[in-house]
Amino acid sequence: MIGVSKIKQYSNVLDKPLSKGKQEVSLSAFAFLFSELVQYNQTQVDNIAELERSRLEDAGYAVGARCLELLCHREKGNRRETRLLGILSFVHSTVWKVLFGKVADSLEKGTEHEDEYMISEKELLVNRFISIPKDMGTFNCGAFVAGIVRGVLDNAGFPAVVTAHFVPMEGQQRPRTTILIKFAEEVLRREARVG
Amino acid sequence: MAPAGPRSGDAIFASVERVNAELFTLTYGAIVRQLLTDLEEVDEVNKQLDQMGYNIGIRLVDEFLAKSNVSRCVDFKETAEVSAKVGFKMFLGVGASVTNWDAEGTCCSIVLEDNPLVDFVELPDTCQGLYYCNVLSGVIRGALEMVSVCPPMPLSPSLFIVFLGLLTSLPCLFDVYICSLELPF
Repeated sequence: MIGVSKIKQYSNVLDKPLSKGKQEVSLSAFAFLFSELVQYNQTQVDNIAELERSRLEDAGYAVGARCLELLCHREKGNRRETRLLGILSFVHSTVWKVLFGKVADSLEKGTEHEDEYMISEKELLVNRFISIPKDMGTFNCGAFVAGIVRGVLDNAGFPAVVTAHFVPMEGQQRPRTTILIKFAEEVLRREARVG
Repeated sequence: MAPAGPRSGDAIFASVERVNAELFTLTYGAIVRQLLTDLEEVDEVNKQLDQMGYNIGIRLVDEFLAKSNVSRCVDFKETAEVSAKVGFKMFLGVGASVTNWDAEGTCCSIVLEDNPLVDFVELPDTCQGLYYCNVLSGVIRGALEMVSVCPPMPLSPSLFIVFLGLLTSLPCLFDVYICSLELPF
């Protein structure tokens, strides 16, 4: 029958039951949408640093904040992480698995600084169909993913500066992407206090 | 050798690479939020979303034709059916249905029961008049234009009306009215 819907309608979006998170869309739909996001932001800014920092990262921040709430509720039964390694492994495993379908390739602690950690990925999902022209230098659309990580960490109580970098690898044509996480001082102080 | 027949939306969707719909939903939400912050006017945002959809549609139709193997549609009814059944299914993973045909057969509604773009979304009072899913109407417009289903005059936003007043009461329904397309058939 035309116009009759079998789905129960909710007056308030908060009353709607939370989905299991198994629904999928095609990768190309996401890739097209992401390319439009980048193209639109290119028209809004004058330089690359601003494009990365204030536009793509901020877009990712919003996604990360919502991801944290959603995943804490759905995957972890509303328990929140209070330790540094806990939240890092949450990002590296749970968040990555849900958003990108696999856990991140590696999680490493920085050797030079105490407050630095790196999540590496051979090819970020968002960068798969993107090539950077030479004149854009070190611009990396992974700034969106860096924003997602920053959103998760910030809203979990671990403020950090998160950036995405290309790391050329020997024997591979495409460079690896590293998400560099630099935690704020207060986080390290708190970690030391808690022991 | 006979050419392969057209493939169903389900079969194509099962064979393409897929991502979590929530990443897609949240990214789209971030885009709409950015537009609202930058442009402030709801009409401007609607126009921009339509333009983005148009840019997507003109490229998306190539992938659609390559993957789906559909033959040339003979009339607008078939075009609408194929877009709804195959197109929406292979990209968004949800089937759509075509309803509400007018007498001449130039105007219809494509109804999405389950729209991944609007999960978790509630429009505040300040955004009444925002066509949240306007990118979809842009995609359809771009795709149809690329395969020569052209409107007789430059489209004004009123010709593609996305009824999102429904969004507030029926979050799962999404209506697209495609009106006044001149049919080259």
